[in-house]
Amino acid sequence: MSEREVIIKVRNLEKIYNGVVHAVKGISFDVYRGEIFGLLGPNGAGKSTTIKMLTTVLKPTSGIAEVCGYDVAKHPVEVRRCISVVPQEYTSDEDLTGFENMMLMASLYGIPKAEAEKRAWELLEMVNLKDAANRKVETYSGGMRRRLEIAMSLINRPKVLFLDEPTLGLDVQTRAAIWEYIRKLKEEYDITILLTTHYMEEADSLCNRIAIIDHGKIVKIGSPDELKALLGGDIIEISIAEKEDISEILSKIPAVREVKKLDTSTYRMKVESGEKVAPQIIETILQRGFHVIKLSMAKPTLDEVYLELTGRSLRDEEGGEDMWRLRMTLRRARR
Amino acid sequence: MSRTAGYNNPLHGLGALLHRELAQWYRDFVVLFISLIQPVIWLGLFGKAFDLSKLFTTNANLPPAYQQLAQQTMLNIFGTTSYYAFFAAGMLSFIAITTAVFGSMSIVWDRRLGFLERILSTPVSRGVIIMTKVFSATIRTLIQVAVILIFAVALGFPTTYLTPLRILGTFAAVALLSMSLASLLILLGIRTTNYQRPMVVANLITLPLMFTSNAMYPIKLMPGWLQIVAKVNPVTYTTDIVRILLLNVNNGTGNLFIDFTILLGFAIVASAIGIVTSWRYLTM
Repeated sequence: MSEREVIIKVRNLEKIYNGVVHAVKGISFDVYRGEIFGLLGPNGAGKSTTIKMLTTVLKPTSGIAEVCGYDVAKHPVEVRRCISVVPQEYTSDEDLTGFENMMLMASLYGIPKAEAEKRAWELLEMVNLKDAANRKVETYSGGMRRRLEIAMSLINRPKVLFLDEPTLGLDVQTRAAIWEYIRKLKEEYDITILLTTHYMEEADSLCNRIAIIDHGKIVKIGSPDELKALLGGDIIEISIAEKEDISEILSKIPAVREVKKLDTSTYRMKVESGEKVAPQIIETILQRGFHVIKLSMAKPTLDEVYLELTGRSLRDEEGGEDMWRLRMTLRRARR
Repeated sequence: MSRTAGYNNPLHGLGALLHRELAQWYRDFVVLFISLIQPVIWLGLFGKAFDLSKLFTTNANLPPAYQQLAQQTMLNIFGTTSYYAFFAAGMLSFIAITTAVFGSMSIVWDRRLGFLERILSTPVSRGVIIMTKVFSATIRTLIQVAVILIFAVALGFPTTYLTPLRILGTFAAVALLSMSLASLLILLGIRTTNYQRPMVVANLITLPLMFTSNAMYPIKLMPGWLQIVAKVNPVTYTTDIVRILLLNVNNGTGNLFIDFTILLGFAIVASAIGIVTSWRYLTM
């Protein structure tokens, strides 16, 4: 791990808006070249603020951030040349066609026209928008617009791509399709990706490593599996045909922790790695002359990890946010 | 390498952003049509309705000497016997004001729609982003000016002095005014997501800018304190130039060189303020 090239280096990064709102409270992390790194946390945790600082559109209050080896505060132009960002909002111009939007981006990076056209068609093909390329963006669906946003961000062949909530507000199928594109990107273009999300499934399925961020602080960094291992591993439930208490026998298996008898013949235990331990358990039980009639295994989810680390469920948080928005809307409507 | 060639040009991206800005205008027929017809309607309604010379000449029974006196008074005050012609010249400045004011709102929308965040993360210079807004306002203004001039002539604006050189000078003066105002007004929009902020300021300053200049009424008839205000108002110098060039009327400084120098000074200072401020404060 130590040999890997660090492409984003963040140390004690802090942002205070207008001297009052402490959005990011001194975070530190490294992102290695070629990985998909996720910032996971509820709305308002400081994810977008962090991305805005790393993409040079917002000045940090204090701390250091280096992207591609350049300090974002001291050499913003060099940083901008090596990165690209897909903001949360749809930023493409609705009055222009998909292709024109691509060319607009190309000229912002100073890419010569012939080269830009070549790249534009290649990228539009990659995100399956070739047929819609000459239609105005206002006719695109949400998923198409998100794909166009991603293609637009790749026109400058960035080394680092920032995705701010890449699937916010998309339906389940479209979300899965976007995930596919993001994985393809990483494979085909050798891009390092930093994304923010408040969807557990997204962080779990896409990211090599995740930083859980809450109230402007990083609570924990690790791979999805490492984070889940924090919970003490997988949960195995087993039922046997016999009525004898086998708690003793089970707890003597080295990899098994915390055996709990649920009823006369059912036991629940925590194990480090379910796939490896389950066969051992079955074997031990059979050797003692008992019969297994049912075995089930549950992997811990990031949801549970989040709950463990922050004391709150991300889903509650999400719901709370939605309720808050609803209340705001109602309040505005009543005026 | 060809890839880095574009980066070395400090103005790269200006053309593309300007095209985007103007496309939003000319590709929407309704927006284009109304923005071109609006000043013409103003010109027709105001210029023709407030024909001040009629104050003296409506009564046909007046002796010819009185009529002559009336003509003389008009000439003394407005430099022309036609208030319509006097007002039409002022209208050109008015267009620069309204277009600059509405231009300042577009950057608020760019911010709200996320487009600003995207371009701020590209190597495009912050100055270029502001210049795009300023130039787009200026180009729109000049096209509107051309349309007004055509309609003004159709409605009776004297054509005696309409030579290519004089028309070119008129365009130059309006362009400088437009650049000055757009550079300053854009500052209202660079830090806010509230599109109402530029709007209320626009409402606040549009008419005062007109009334504290010679666009509608000659300065020499204004109270002393207002004359001072009028003399620091760039609209005054623009209108002055337009009247000298297109009507050969002299009721301001009467000196093209002084007028142009002052106007150019305004434009340089305002653009510098706009660009430097955006460099410092144009962030998310």
